[in-house]
Amino acid sequence: MYEFVTGPLAWLTFIVFFLGVVYRIVWYFRGLHWQMDRVAYNAHLKYGIKGAIRSIFLWLVPFGSVGWRSKPFMTILFFVFHIGLVVTPIFLQAHNILLRERWGFSLWTISDATADTLTILMIVAALFLVLRRIAYPEIRILTTAYDYLLLAISVAPFITGFIAAHHYSNYEFWLILHIICGEIMLVAIPFTKLSHSVLFFCSRAQLGMDFGIKRGGMKGTKFSW
Amino acid sequence: MPEGTLCNKQTVDTKEYLNALLADKSGKQYYSEMEKLDVDTDKLWKSIKSTLRSRLRTWLEICAHCGMCADACFLYLANDRDPTQVPSYKIQSTLGEIVKRKGKVNNEFMRMVMDTAWSKCTCCCRCGSFCPFGIDMGIMFGYLRGLCFSQGFVPWELKIGSGMHRVYKAQMDVTVEDWVDTCEWMAEEYEDDWPGLAIPVDKENADIMYTVNAREPKHYPEDIAEAAILFHMAGENWTVPSKGWEETSLAMFAGDWGACKMQVEEVYGAMHRLKPKRMVVTECGHAYRATVIEGPYWAGLKDGRPPVESIHYVEWVAEALRTGKIKIDPAKKIKEPVTYQDSCNYIRNAGLKNVAREIMSYIAEDFREMTPNREHNFCCGGGGGFNGMGRYREQRNVGLKVKLDQILDTGAKLVISPCHNCWDAIRDMEEVYHAGIRWSFLKPLLIKMAIPPDHLKVEE
Repeated sequence: MYEFVTGPLAWLTFIVFFLGVVYRIVWYFRGLHWQMDRVAYNAHLKYGIKGAIRSIFLWLVPFGSVGWRSKPFMTILFFVFHIGLVVTPIFLQAHNILLRERWGFSLWTISDATADTLTILMIVAALFLVLRRIAYPEIRILTTAYDYLLLAISVAPFITGFIAAHHYSNYEFWLILHIICGEIMLVAIPFTKLSHSVLFFCSRAQLGMDFGIKRGGMKGTKFSW
Repeated sequence: MPEGTLCNKQTVDTKEYLNALLADKSGKQYYSEMEKLDVDTDKLWKSIKSTLRSRLRTWLEICAHCGMCADACFLYLANDRDPTQVPSYKIQSTLGEIVKRKGKVNNEFMRMVMDTAWSKCTCCCRCGSFCPFGIDMGIMFGYLRGLCFSQGFVPWELKIGSGMHRVYKAQMDVTVEDWVDTCEWMAEEYEDDWPGLAIPVDKENADIMYTVNAREPKHYPEDIAEAAILFHMAGENWTVPSKGWEETSLAMFAGDWGACKMQVEEVYGAMHRLKPKRMVVTECGHAYRATVIEGPYWAGLKDGRPPVESIHYVEWVAEALRTGKIKIDPAKKIKEPVTYQDSCNYIRNAGLKNVAREIMSYIAEDFREMTPNREHNFCCGGGGGFNGMGRYREQRNVGLKVKLDQILDTGAKLVISPCHNCWDAIRDMEEVYHAGIRWSFLKPLLIKMAIPPDHLKVEE
């Protein structure tokens, strides 16, 4: 089983994930249209790129944008959740050992203690994200079962991975479950709202170009994101 | 009854149709016909398939339902944080639902969509700047208004407004003759006070071609006289076109993209005919947005710019004060606390925030910023056509509260508002809430404060 989920199934997952994500990005940018979007992307590419980079960067930095600063509690939850989600799996020692065994290379790694901390914080943040959805009427009205499902898909690899790593019970069972959960998450990215992991950059770039070209950028004023 | 005689999917292209609509007081018949208007679901879906491209589809799809847009919306705040006023909810429950159902929606649904698109969003685009994904719901509502318009679900006043643009090439029934007469009348009226004052019509190769809002010739002709006086004082070589003088676009508020194109092409035609160095737009926010910012795209100009450099009146004023073309008498500067209404259309959506501050630094001794301000300022409460629709008067009046509080918090009683829509909204909030505030365009204030050049001084 272990061989299967880390072998053919893993390959299939990576291929679907990679092709899906590339398709999403290509589809997005091919779908932009200067006249329909009313943004002269090509005519003023330099202004567009400047605006795009600014708009992505300021929203990637905690409290970098006026929007983030206006909602500090949400901002903390958001960054704790996403940093845990992205940093932990990529720089985890166990994952990099596997990477070296299989593909002959590895990245630099974080200590297991750091990984544990990030994981726990991420799970706690997810819990608060759920509570937020229940507690605030303005978020409750937006929330659907799909939102909870996506949150579950995102958190499952971390819960199972944590249990497996600490050998709390049947190691092999939790390890295989962890791998499958991780694969489900990766495959879900191109097909669900989780596609925002790449479309965030596309969408922010587009609005950055919009403001960088049409809505002020060429008048010499920067939009204060 | 699939199509009414007044409420239908046709555009208003004849005077007869326009007059019939105008004769229907408050749109009584119009709205009753709307209740039976068929939705052409095939046409709707076809139109969505060909125009809903990756940007909008992605916005609809990836919205994480995080609720960060809620507080960004003045209508949400003004309505005691009513969850149904959350921008994401408003767009998901309308456009999102139409897309989900592949255009298969009924009359009742479309009427709900219309009411949402015109009474729960002014397309101020503030929410877009508070969304982590950059989902601009104001833009989406603009798109949705276009879909509604094409199906005949558009508020009565805006059906008329877009018809005015189609028939008169202006938002009101002001003909070329009316316009030219008004210019001549105003020049005559004021030339005794301002020797040599003229409003040159159709002068070629002028430095400035000045264009206005049809309300000015129709209801406030003094505004044109004031513009003339200031250009005259500044020694500008300027003109107005006899055709293509109207900058506004109720068609944009209505979502009638065909009429939008017709209207801006009229102005661009004047640019080609008169070959001015620059165009200056009057103190109107949406007019500038329509003709300078969005217009080039409707007209198919690939670089996204009008045929000649076009600036808003505030840009001209800042330049005239900066270069000393107009000199302010220091003794006559505004002494009392004064605040400035940042119009969404030329501040947030066109980047003129610094220009406005520069003007205030020349003319005001106690300038108070509203909070929030500049690109994060709230809509006046009357944008996007909201001021002009009887059906949504109450909702509009509720929406005004946020701006009123913002103004009162500055401690200033005078609001400078170089935008017709904001000006109206602020006038109405005083009428409704009696807060003791005053409001003004820049022009009358500048004339009072300016030192006239020697050759224009009239012997007392």
